[in-house]
Amino acid sequence: MIPRTLFQKIWDAHVVHRLPEGPALIYVDLHLVHEVTSPQAFAGLRLTGRRVRRPDLTIATVDHNVPTGDRLVPIADPVAARQLEALERNARDSSVELFDLRSPHQGIVHVIGPELGLTQPGMVIVCGDSHTSTHGAFGALAFGIGTSEVEHVLATQCLVASQPRTLEAHIIGRPGTGVAAKDLILALIGQIGTAGATGHVIEYTGEAIRALSMEERMTVCNMSIEAGARAGLIAPDETTVAYLAGRPRAPQGAAWTRAAEQWKRLRSDPGAEYDVGVALDAAAVAPQVTWGTSPGMVKDIAGRVPHPSDFPTAAEQRAAARALEYMGLAPGMALEGLPVDRVFLGSCTNARIEDLRVAARVVRGHRVAPHVRALVVPGSQQVKVQAEREGLDRIFREAGFEWRNSGCSMCLGMNADILQPGERCASTSNRNFEGRQGRGGRTHLMSPAMAAAAAVAGRLVDVRGWTLADLPGSLELAS
Amino acid sequence: MQPFVRHVGKAAALPRTNVDTDQIVPKQFLKRLERTGFGPSLFHDWRYRPDGAPNPDFELNRAEAHGATVLVTGANFGCGSSREHAVWALAEHGFRAIVAPSFADIFFANCCQNGLLPVRLLAREVDELFRRCRAAGGEYWLTVDLEQQRVEDGLGFTAPFPMDPYRREMLLRGLDEIGRTLLEEPRIAEYERRRAAGTAP
Ligand code: SF4
Repeated sequence: MIPRTLFQKIWDAHVVHRLPEGPALIYVDLHLVHEVTSPQAFAGLRLTGRRVRRPDLTIATVDHNVPTGDRLVPIADPVAARQLEALERNARDSSVELFDLRSPHQGIVHVIGPELGLTQPGMVIVCGDSHTSTHGAFGALAFGIGTSEVEHVLATQCLVASQPRTLEAHIIGRPGTGVAAKDLILALIGQIGTAGATGHVIEYTGEAIRALSMEERMTVCNMSIEAGARAGLIAPDETTVAYLAGRPRAPQGAAWTRAAEQWKRLRSDPGAEYDVGVALDAAAVAPQVTWGTSPGMVKDIAGRVPHPSDFPTAAEQRAAARALEYMGLAPGMALEGLPVDRVFLGSCTNARIEDLRVAARVVRGHRVAPHVRALVVPGSQQVKVQAEREGLDRIFREAGFEWRNSGCSMCLGMNADILQPGERCASTSNRNFEGRQGRGGRTHLMSPAMAAAAAVAGRLVDVRGWTLADLPGSLELAS
Repeated sequence: MQPFVRHVGKAAALPRTNVDTDQIVPKQFLKRLERTGFGPSLFHDWRYRPDGAPNPDFELNRAEAHGATVLVTGANFGCGSSREHAVWALAEHGFRAIVAPSFADIFFANCCQNGLLPVRLLAREVDELFRRCRAAGGEYWLTVDLEQQRVEDGLGFTAPFPMDPYRREMLLRGLDEIGRTLLEEPRIAEYERRRAAGTAP
C-alpha cells in the first residue's frame, strides 16, 4: 500500500462520494455553531423548508459578541442581544444543544470543544469560523467555512470540498526557556508568510511538536489560518489521549479503550509524502512580537522595526510603509521598550488554563504599570472556574488586571472591549489587522508570558530575563 | 444564486496586498441577521473618516472608481476571518468579479457561493491591469468571461484564468449547492449506516 499522510487517512475515511466534476462530498462528524455566522444559515433553511439533518452532531455556543462583564446585567447592546436570541431560537427550533450565557460550559467555541471532549482524533470538524483549525491539535481535520457552507452542513451533514494539498512543518529542537508555542507559530508564519500555506493542510511534526502539551498544540494549530492554511494537524499520541481521558463528551468504558487504541495508531505512515515541506529549529526561536498589521510582520523581541526598502517587491514595500504609518512606528526603532497602553490576555489562541498560569507566574508580586489598562478574559467559563480555584484571579486582580467572564472580547472587539484610536496593545490573540481590536487600535501579538511582562513593565520587554514566581497551588499542580 | 456567465464592467484598482475580511466588513457591522444591508459598511474604516465623512484618499472613493463592477486587487485578498458578510458587502456594493493574483481559501469558496466571481491571474498580469487602469483614468472596462475562462480589455490585454470544473458549472448555471447535494441523500444515508456498523473506510 502507498504510505498515506494523516491528512489523507482522515480525508479518505470521510469521502461519502466523489462528484464527477472533481471535488468530494465529505462527511462532517462535528459541526460547531456560533451566533455571528449562523443566523443567515438557519434563515436559509427556513426559507427552503429544509431542516437540520443531524442536530445530534451540531453544537452551538455564544462567544463572539457576548459581554464579558457581569452576567446578571442585561445585555446593553440591543443588536448583539438580538443575535444571541436568534441563536437561542434557532437552536431550540432545531433541537441543537446550546451552551448559552447561563451555561457553566459557555466559552469560545474553540476552547469548549476540546474542553468537553467533543473534539476527538480522526474527526472532520467544521465551524463558521476560521480558527476552527485549533481542533487540528487532536489529529482532527478541522476547518473554517462560510455561512453558505454552514447552511449546507446543517442541511446535509456534508461539505463539498476539493482535496487540499499537504504541507509538512517539521519543527526540530527544543525551545529555550521563556519561548512559547505562540513564538514557534509566529516564527513559522514570519518565515513562510501569511499566504505561505494557502490551499494546504499543514501537518506539524518533529520533536518540538511532540513535546508540546495539548494546550500548546492548540495554540500552534489555531494560527495555521494566519499562514493561509486550510487546516493544521498534529498526530494524536499519549498526550492527546491523556488530555481527553474522562472528559464529559469523550467515549467512556469499553468504547474509550477501543477509541484510545485507534487514536494512538492514527498518524502519517513512514515514507508518506507531503506536497511541500518547511523546517524550523525551535532552539533558534526567540520570543516574537508583531510590528505591523499582518501576522507575518513579526520579529524577535530584540529586533528592530524594518525599513520598507528591506522588502523585495513593490507590493510588500507599500504594505510595510502603510503598516508603519498605521502602527505609529518608524523604521529602525527597537521593539523592546515600546510603551503599551493596553494588555489583552485572551482569545482562542491563548486563554486556556496553562496560558493563564504562565501569565500569573510572570505577574505575581508585581503591579500593572500605572498607565496600562490590562484585561484577562478566560477562554471559557470552565477555564475561569479552574483559574479561580487555583487563585490565579487573585494574582491578576491584586496586580491590577480586570478579571472577566469568557468570550472573544477584545480579540475582535465586537462587544464593548475595544481599543481607542492610537492605543497600543500587547495582545495574546491572533490577528493584528488594522482596526481588529478597535478602529485605530495598534495591536502587537505575542505570547501570554510576554504580554504579562509588558503589562508589568508598561512596555514591550523580553520575558526571558524574568524570574517566574511560584503559584499558590503549584505543588498540587505539579503532582 | 445569481449565475455568472460573462460580465462586461468598469474596473477599479485597489493595489493593496493581504486585504483581510476585517477591512472588507469591520466587526461592528456583523450583528445583522440577514444577508443584506452590508453594502454601506464595505471597507468602512477605509472609506469613511472617523467623523463619518468620505475619505477622499481611499482608492474606491475616487471618481474613477464610481460605478465599478470589477475589482482589481493584490495578492491574498480576503484573508483572515471566514465572515461571508465580506462577500455579501462586495456584491451588494455592485461588484460582480474580483481579479487578484491569489485569494484566501475560505473567501474564495464564499465568493463562489454567492455568484461573485474570484478571478486568479498571474501577479504580472494584475500589475499590468493596475497600470492600464491608472492610465485610462476612470474609463477602463474589462470583460470577464467564465465560459471561456478569460479576462480581456479589448485593447490587447487578454489572460486566461483557472476555475475548477465543479465551481464553474455551479456558477454558470447559478445552481443551489444544497439542492444538488440533497440528490445524494441515499449515499449520505448509506455512509451513515456503514459508519454506525463500523465498516466505513
Ligand atoms: S477568540 Fe478571536 S479568533 Fe478566536 S473565535 Fe473568537 S474572535 Fe475568532
